[in-house]
Amino acid sequence: MRGDQINLQNITARSATSPPSPQVRDGGVERVTKLIDVSRCIGCKACQVACSEWNDLRDDVGECVGVYDNPVDLSPNSWEVMRFNEYEDEQGNLEWLIRKDNCMHCAEPGCLEACPAPGAIVQYANGIVDFNSEHCIGCGYCVAGCPFDIPRISKKDSKAYKCTLCSDRVFHGLEPACVKSCPTGSIMFGTREDMHELAQSRTEYLHGRGFENAGIYDPEGVGGTHVIYVLQHADKPEIYNGLPNDPRISPLVDAWKGVTKPLASVAIGLAALTGFFHYATQGPKEVPKEEYDEVEDAETHEEDRT
Amino acid sequence: MSQSKKERGILRYGWFSRLNHWTIAISFVLLVLSGLALFHPFFWGFTALFGGPIMTRILHPFIGVFMSVFFAIMAVRFFKDSLIKRHDIQWLKQIKDVLSNRDEKLPPVGKSNAGQKLVYWIMVFSVPVLLVTGVIIWQPYFADAMPITLLRLGALLHAFVAFLAIITLIIHIYSGIWVKGSFQAMVRGRVSKAWAKHHHDLWYQEKMDEERRRKESLDRIAGQ
Repeated sequence: MRGDQINLQNITARSATSPPSPQVRDGGVERVTKLIDVSRCIGCKACQVACSEWNDLRDDVGECVGVYDNPVDLSPNSWEVMRFNEYEDEQGNLEWLIRKDNCMHCAEPGCLEACPAPGAIVQYANGIVDFNSEHCIGCGYCVAGCPFDIPRISKKDSKAYKCTLCSDRVFHGLEPACVKSCPTGSIMFGTREDMHELAQSRTEYLHGRGFENAGIYDPEGVGGTHVIYVLQHADKPEIYNGLPNDPRISPLVDAWKGVTKPLASVAIGLAALTGFFHYATQGPKEVPKEEYDEVEDAETHEEDRT
Repeated sequence: MSQSKKERGILRYGWFSRLNHWTIAISFVLLVLSGLALFHPFFWGFTALFGGPIMTRILHPFIGVFMSVFFAIMAVRFFKDSLIKRHDIQWLKQIKDVLSNRDEKLPPVGKSNAGQKLVYWIMVFSVPVLLVTGVIIWQPYFADAMPITLLRLGALLHAFVAFLAIITLIIHIYSGIWVKGSFQAMVRGRVSKAWAKHHHDLWYQEKMDEERRRKESLDRIAGQ
């Protein structure tokens, strides 16, 4: 969301901030989830249009590169993209797998862990992970932190952008724009519990239709996501345009951001303090006065001689 | 010899070395302050020194490139004086004597002691790594073109090597405060003969030999 957050007391996690948020007092807010049922998607892209419409995004008109994906990738002005995949199943049948790709709103967001700017990335009590452009400094660390390759840095204002899950609409009791526009009911929105129930019934239905490996994509490695998929082939998420099988925050990012940050900072402080205490106990390293006199004497002696 | 009275002591660092050193020193401190601000929120306040958080992000890499250029010059010029010799190893073995100011027990060393040489070599390692990893994560110019693993590795290495360089810098600055006369040497360029003899005896002897030879040749010319 652009500008400042609508409800500051609803924030549960804030980038580059260690003190607890106001939300730890109660936490009575129910978590929301967007369910994307890939098996029902017809690839009409109404959701893409609705997203641009609601969020006032107008991406540049691109070029046709011979595939249905349009635009070809996410951008600062395209927060969601339909990914079209032609998949040949075990029986040799062609399946057209269309996945709506956008921010997954992880319960443990890698972008938020990597962000160095206090409050530039926040997580609300309802689970939505939001970028606050007001505090974004454009360093791109969120790109390195994200396990799903979602954030994009604008060439115009050098700030990071991604799907907000229409946090502004959700705060006012509305469903996200993509959900509202979907003509097949492929995108649903509600409480986390309800969506899981719905996803479960859809999975069972798909099992009955011969999709033995149908299942829910709600990866545990990132603490679960607030955008979940129903996949016909949940055992092979990679076939859905490289959806990661077991996404987690990269160990490289953890090593960079986790305990390294406080430990290194303390070590730097201690190093400076050690210097001071060394000086206070051992004193300065000086040339003894006798040595000075010795050299000076030799010098004057030599000068007298010449 | 009125000339020698005007400029007492031995020239340790010429004007270019001093200018070069302090250009790097100032840039380095600015890099540390702006870099720490982006490393841990505890240091976030440092962004105020650079005109705000966004300006800090913009300025940091440019200062880095600027410093790297001057560092490359200094690295070449200080190379010969920084080669580790046998007596440097002995000096390092007696680091306890060094730290307890028992200087009389230490072996005589050349123009730079082993500590100074280590600072040189750590920086010769750190600065290029910081430059390369810094370019990899440089928004908005280069980072977008980098594969994600390289981006993460770049960010990680940049932080770790910067930590090493900062600790080295702290030791380096403290040594300048602790060893009386060394700070002056880098500001004014000259040191007293007693200082040179005490801290860098081999270098002192070298300088004295040079002076003697010069005097002898002058005498020869005068005698003709």
